Amino acid sequence: MYSQGLIGADTSTEESEEFLRAFQERIDAEQKIEPNDVMPAGYRKTLIRQIGQHAHSEIVGMLPEGNWITRAPTLKRKAALLAKVQDEGGHGLYLYSAAETLGVSREQMTEELHAGKAKYSSIFNYPTLTWADIGTIGWLVDGAAIMNQIPLCRCSFGPYARAMIRVCKEESFHQRQGYEIVMTLAKGSPEQKAMAQESLDRWWWPVLMMFGPHDSDSQHGDQSMRWKIKRFSNDELRQKFVDATIPQAEYLGLTVPDPDLKWNPEKNDGRGGYDFGAIDWDEFWRVVKGKGIMNRERIRDRRKAWDDGEWVREAALAHAQKRAERMAAEQQAAE
Amino acid sequence: MSETVKNEVPLWEVFIRPRNGLSHKHCGSVHAADEVMALQAARDVYTRRGEGQSIWVVRSKDIVASDPQDKEELFEPTADKIYRHPTFYEIPDEVGHM
Ligand SMILES: [Fe+2]
Ligand SMILES: [Fe+2]
Ligand SMILES: [Fe+2]
Repeated sequence: MYSQGLIGADTSTEESEEFLRAFQERIDAEQKIEPNDVMPAGYRKTLIRQIGQHAHSEIVGMLPEGNWITRAPTLKRKAALLAKVQDEGGHGLYLYSAAETLGVSREQMTEELHAGKAKYSSIFNYPTLTWADIGTIGWLVDGAAIMNQIPLCRCSFGPYARAMIRVCKEESFHQRQGYEIVMTLAKGSPEQKAMAQESLDRWWWPVLMMFGPHDSDSQHGDQSMRWKIKRFSNDELRQKFVDATIPQAEYLGLTVPDPDLKWNPEKNDGRGGYDFGAIDWDEFWRVVKGKGIMNRERIRDRRKAWDDGEWVREAALAHAQKRAERMAAEQQAAE
Repeated sequence: MSETVKNEVPLWEVFIRPRNGLSHKHCGSVHAADEVMALQAARDVYTRRGEGQSIWVVRSKDIVASDPQDKEELFEPTADKIYRHPTFYEIPDEVGHM
C-alpha cells in the first residue's frame, strides 16, 4: 500500500557523476537491478526504507482487521477475514524478504518498528469501531493499495517488483470481499445502511491521505521517479483512485463525505474526472508523528506479540541445535 | 548478509515447483530455526493458493553466487562465439528445413 506516501526518504547519494550516469542508463533501458548489482547508496537507502515501511504496513495492518475475526457475523465472513488477514501477514513476509536482499536484517527492521523509529501507513492508526469498517477497509484501503501496488510491479528493483506481483494477485480478493460486505449492509435494514455510511464517513479522508503529500510538497518524489522506484506521483494515483471509487459508492447508494466533490469534464486531458475538496494535512502529519488514535496501541500490540513469541523462538533454536549436534555425533560414530 | 548474530533465526531461500514437468523456481526467503520449520513456513508463506507441488529450502549462507562484477569475464566470451549458433552455417534452400 502504503509505500506511496513514503515518509522521510533520503535519496541523497555521493557517487561520481559517471557512476550515476551509467546507473541511470541501465534504469532508462528498463533493466532490472538485482541485489548483488552495484547501485548508488541513495537508491539502496531509499528502497530499504520504502520496502521496510511497506512491510511494516502489511504487518501492522493485520491488527485493525484482526480485531473483528472473532466477531465476524457469519462463518463465511469469518473464514474470509481470517484468510485475508493471513494474506497480509504473507505480504509483510514477502516484503521483508525483498528488503533483506539489500543487506538490512530482519532483526534490525523489527527493532526499528518496535522502537517506534520505523514508519508504517498512517491509515492503520485509525480504529475499527464497527463491522462495517471491515467492509470499508477491504473496499477502500485495499483498493488504494491496489492503485499503488500495480505500478510497483514494474519497479526497477527486481525483488521488490516480484514481491509486488505476488501481492497484487492476492489483493483483488481483499477488495472484492470488502465491497461485498459493504454492499450487503447498504442493501440491508436502514440501521445497516446507516452503519455502512457512517463507516465511509470516517474512512474516506484518511484513505485519500494514504497516497501521501501533494506532489508540490514531497521532496524526494522526483528522484524516486527517475530511478523508477515509483512510476506515478502521489496526486496522479490519488486522482485515479477517486475517479474509480465514486461510481462504486454511487452503486451502493452511499455518499462520499465531501461537499466539494464534483464531476469535471475537463480533467484528465478532457476524459473527465472528479474535483475533490481539500485534504486536512495537519491531521495526516499528526497521525504520522504518533498522535493518531491508535499509534500507541498498535506498537504495544506488535511488541507484545514479539515478546510473547520469545520462548518459542528460543525453544526452536535450542531444538535445532540439539538435533544438529546429535546428527554430527552420529556421523562421527559412523565414520 | 550477516549470519548468526546471537539468537538470529537462520534465513532460507525457497524454491517452488508449480507442477510436475516444471523446474523449481526461486520465490523468496523465510526465517526458520531448522529445515522442518523452514518447509512449514515456506508452505504457509508461498503456497496459500495452490502455487506449488514441491518445495525446496536451502540455507541462504550455503548458496554460492557469481559476482555481477565478473559478468564480462564470465559471460562475455560466449558473445563472440557465433559459430555456436545454427544461423552461422549456410545451407542452400534446396536442402529444405534443417
Ligand atoms: Fe495491504
Ligand atoms: Fe497486503
Ligand atoms: Fe490486502
